[in-house]
Amino acid sequence: MYSQGLIGAKTETNEDEAFLAAFQARIDAEEKIEPNDPMPEGYRRTLIRQIGQHAHSEIVGMLPEGNWITRAPSLRRKAALLAKVQDEGGHGLYLYSAAETLGVSREQMTEELLAGKAKYSSIFNYPTLTWADIGAIGWLVDGAAIMNQIPLCRCSYGPYARAMIRVCKEESFHQRQGYEIMMTLAQGTPGQKEMAQDALNRWWWPSLMMFGPHDSDSQHGDQSMRWKIKRFTNDELRQKFVDATVPQGEYLGLTFPDPELKWNDERGAYDFGAIDWDEFWRVVKGGGPMNRERLAARRKAWDDGAWVREAALAHAEKRRARREATKLAAE
Amino acid sequence: MAKNEIPLWEVFIRPRNGLAHKHCGSVHAADEVMALQAARDVYTRRGEGVSIWVVPSAAIVASDPLQKEENFEPTASKIYRHPTFYTVPDEVGHM
Ligand SMILES: [Fe+2]
Ligand SMILES: [Fe+2]
Ligand SMILES: [Fe+2]
Repeated sequence: MYSQGLIGAKTETNEDEAFLAAFQARIDAEEKIEPNDPMPEGYRRTLIRQIGQHAHSEIVGMLPEGNWITRAPSLRRKAALLAKVQDEGGHGLYLYSAAETLGVSREQMTEELLAGKAKYSSIFNYPTLTWADIGAIGWLVDGAAIMNQIPLCRCSYGPYARAMIRVCKEESFHQRQGYEIMMTLAQGTPGQKEMAQDALNRWWWPSLMMFGPHDSDSQHGDQSMRWKIKRFTNDELRQKFVDATVPQGEYLGLTFPDPELKWNDERGAYDFGAIDWDEFWRVVKGGGPMNRERLAARRKAWDDGAWVREAALAHAEKRRARREATKLAAE
Repeated sequence: MAKNEIPLWEVFIRPRNGLAHKHCGSVHAADEVMALQAARDVYTRRGEGVSIWVVPSAAIVASDPLQKEENFEPTASKIYRHPTFYTVPDEVGHM
């Protein structure tokens, strides 16, 4: 869902001036860069890092919602949630494929995730405590993801841009099903409305953190913007998200957990309070409530699937050998 | 390919009857049966197609992007290959 303002990629690169200028000219002409085209090492590294983090986020992002599939309150909700979680798995696969075109292998990326070396969006390190959290995630988390991803459809790297077009087409159902869950709860019994409010209270700030550090603290934003990997800064996207989301919450009759949230006529935008960046960095660095559990779940899935991968390869090899033998016998 | 890496396949989908298969992405799978299955699950969750091809990525031979100019540039100057190069009097009507 989420390429959270890229965390910690090294954009520095050491090609000669002429090479960099020719590359920049292609970027400025809005040409798409394709897998075998010459590109600066820093561009390649930044993209591998960003697309990898994005792919991992989709995959780890299946866990908090997967947690509620068996407990969805109706068959309709269960079918929708199952389809959404399956979509997220698909998004992860589109993105891993896009990263692989840059010369990194799926195995390498998986190993980095499982070793705790690769980052994924901090949002998935929060727990899903009630059914209302599934509504809040669809509405806010997928909503923030869409805000991030729409400009990525115009990313200068062709395979990433094309993957994002597919992803964006599928995301809007995610947000709408989440908002519908929130609406049903908000219009339900007082207890249900309270659940919706509680979920909004817990997910609001982490959703704003999804856009990554402040522009002034994000070291690699400028180069990413020049290379047109990014089209908007973290703070610009965060502001757009707040402006789009607050009226939707007001329609639900819910309040946002931010006393400083207020429409600013002069700016034509909402002002909002300060984000707790200590919490953000704590969660990014592994200290969130669910970091350990998420990685443990991914490792278990990988280890438990090992015999399936081995058996599938062995079976493919057996069939190949058999075909070979029949061919020889026929000759 | 390193040992134990699951092969990569390119996926082509025919969106509707009468249209050509078009490249849409790739999947990893141990063999062609699983590749087709994975391609169906990953790329056709919303009626995107009526037929799927999977091709081992290693079997694709591609032109060299560094030779783009010499490969494709010569056609740019051959404007006489296009119908708009020729004039037909108005009186003759649509041709
Ligand atoms: Fe996403
Ligand atoms: Fe997604
Ligand atoms: Fe989503």
